[in-house]
Amino acid sequence: MFTAATIAILVALALVVVRATRGPTVFDRVLASNSVGTLAILLLAVVGFLNGRPEWLDIGLTYGLLNVISTLAVLKFFRHGDLAYDDEEERSS
Amino acid sequence: MISLLLDILSGILIIAGSVFIVIGAVGLVRMPDLYTRMHAASVIDTLGAGLLISGLMLQAGFTLVTLKLFFIFALFFFTGPVATHALAQAALGEDIKPQLDEDRRDRLDRSQTAPADGGA
Repeated sequence: MFTAATIAILVALALVVVRATRGPTVFDRVLASNSVGTLAILLLAVVGFLNGRPEWLDIGLTYGLLNVISTLAVLKFFRHGDLAYDDEEERSS
Repeated sequence: MISLLLDILSGILIIAGSVFIVIGAVGLVRMPDLYTRMHAASVIDTLGAGLLISGLMLQAGFTLVTLKLFFIFALFFFTGPVATHALAQAALGEDIKPQLDEDRRDRLDRSQTAPADGGA
């Protein structure tokens, strides 16, 4: 059962990586990298159960937080061309 | 008896979650444009992860592991829509148009002007 879930997640990872390499726009690649992060967390959880060591879930939580921050940071960079862009500052100046 | 029942139930949930994960990944490759791909990717985030984590929760029983799994689920629940919304807004800001089967705005204009033509 855990083995089947692991294989399914690995197949899904392969398909998502195909989209990340082929994606015509940068947003396709960002979407694919976000999905890779999600699948990595699920893979950590399932493999932890498979090996009888569910403590790996802590690492999964950390990956989840990093995943969100990286997605938002990359999107902000491609939207404004600058990570330090501040909407308020831009309006007042 | 009850543990066998829990095992079967968690097995069904885990297999269902795996199926939805593969469906989402296939959609991510096969869908025609960015916005439909985002729709397919959200299947992985919601149904796939939700069912898989529910199955693992039943497997773990009433321990600290269940709480950690719940935290991971809550993380997906709150951050998935935020990331998707930011992605759609950034893509629209870059003038990436959704692919349409037909442009309904044209049809609306035509239906508004058609009675005037017929009357004249």
